Amino acid sequence: MDYTSVIYAVLSMGGIGLFFALMLTLADKKLKVEEDPRVAQIDELLPGANCGACGLPGCGACAEAMVSGAVLATACPVCDEESQHDIAKLLGVEVEAGERSVAVVLCQGGHSNVVQKADYEGVATCLGVSLVSGGDKACEYGCLGQGDCVDVCKFDAIYIGEEGLPIVDRKKCTGCGACEKVCPRNIIEMHKLSHHVFVLCNNHDKGAAAKKACKTACIGCSICVKKDESGGFSMNNFCATVDHEKYGSTMELPTDKCPTNAIVTVGKEDEK
Amino acid sequence: MNLFIIFLSAAIINNYVLVQFLGICPFVGVSKKVGPALSMGMATTFVMTLSASVAWLINHYILAANGGMLEFLQIVAFILVIASLVQLVEMFIKKMSKPLYDALGIFLPLITTNCAIMGVALNLVSKEYGFIESVVFGIAAGIGFTVAIVLMAGIREELELADVPVHFKGAPITMIIAGCLALAFMGFAGMI
Repeated sequence: MDYTSVIYAVLSMGGIGLFFALMLTLADKKLKVEEDPRVAQIDELLPGANCGACGLPGCGACAEAMVSGAVLATACPVCDEESQHDIAKLLGVEVEAGERSVAVVLCQGGHSNVVQKADYEGVATCLGVSLVSGGDKACEYGCLGQGDCVDVCKFDAIYIGEEGLPIVDRKKCTGCGACEKVCPRNIIEMHKLSHHVFVLCNNHDKGAAAKKACKTACIGCSICVKKDESGGFSMNNFCATVDHEKYGSTMELPTDKCPTNAIVTVGKEDEK
Repeated sequence: MNLFIIFLSAAIINNYVLVQFLGICPFVGVSKKVGPALSMGMATTFVMTLSASVAWLINHYILAANGGMLEFLQIVAFILVIASLVQLVEMFIKKMSKPLYDALGIFLPLITTNCAIMGVALNLVSKEYGFIESVVFGIAAGIGFTVAIVLMAGIREELELADVPVHFKGAPITMIIAGCLALAFMGFAGMI
């Protein structure tokens, strides 16, 4: 076998590689840019998921903005407390722990509750289903269960359960808001961890129509609005919502007041 | 005369983006505004010219020597050259103009994967150009790329103010416009 070509190949490629390596090393010395070392340190402390929740394009950009003062040291809603402390120390600011927000899915229209009005065949994304005749469920405001929210979550904090509804893992959820943005029905909302009582319905149809579509739909009867003393419940076009500032985070509304069980206490079992 | 024809051919008639469909990633990615588009075009022209010349030198003196013994290493060698030159350009731009560096963002190191540059290097080898011809070829290809990307950026800037149907906004209308531009450039075919 003729080894000369092999030897020449190795030597020439190695030689070219070495030449460019030397040239780049020289260039690196000559073309050095002074960068604040804190930028790299903060970049290390940030989660590195590049989720965009801070409003900047990536963790690198957020680190730079923090050092230059364009954003606060608390700009990243996703990093854990320890990292937040270290970042604050690096920047020489005082920071108190803010409360984490998590995603809440405002719908109970799973397989056993909602009426299926059609069979969907097509692109299996929530956006796709929502574009065809108002979806395959009788309720045109509810969850479609195809999992766009699951696909977009970078932290593995949401999954589709047996009912065909997304279930949020409140421990893993970082509150980045990606699922909120991607849901075509706007069913997912970000709420603080300490908020537990929600009206899990998005249906704005009148009572009879809503009830026909789904067993646990909010029919707009306003019992909750009238019965709750804090005034935290309000009616928004035949669908109740909770104003957590008024309602307070520790009160519990017994669920038998709501005739369709649309009001649910979420996440209390996580807190011991 | 020959150099002029090479220039015209690489820049317009066989435009690398709109006729040969190479280098589409930065073409679509950096063409949102005319400013960064022009800078991207110039950076790519610089890399194309340099890599065309160095590629020719390496091909002539190393790979094609001894009866073309090492010709199978063309792609590897050219990748080495292109990657190193892009690194150099990146360091240079970072030093000279940080705002420009930030504006180009990830697309600056992505010039390495710009298949138009590899296309230039491989084409000048297959067409058996000399050294001066290769340099002119590189400059022309870069200028053609710049023309294409600036055209696209100008159109996309106007598109921001146009009434695009909601489902066409963003990627779809961009693809359609790129196709229209490519159709337009096909009109140059057969000129030389």
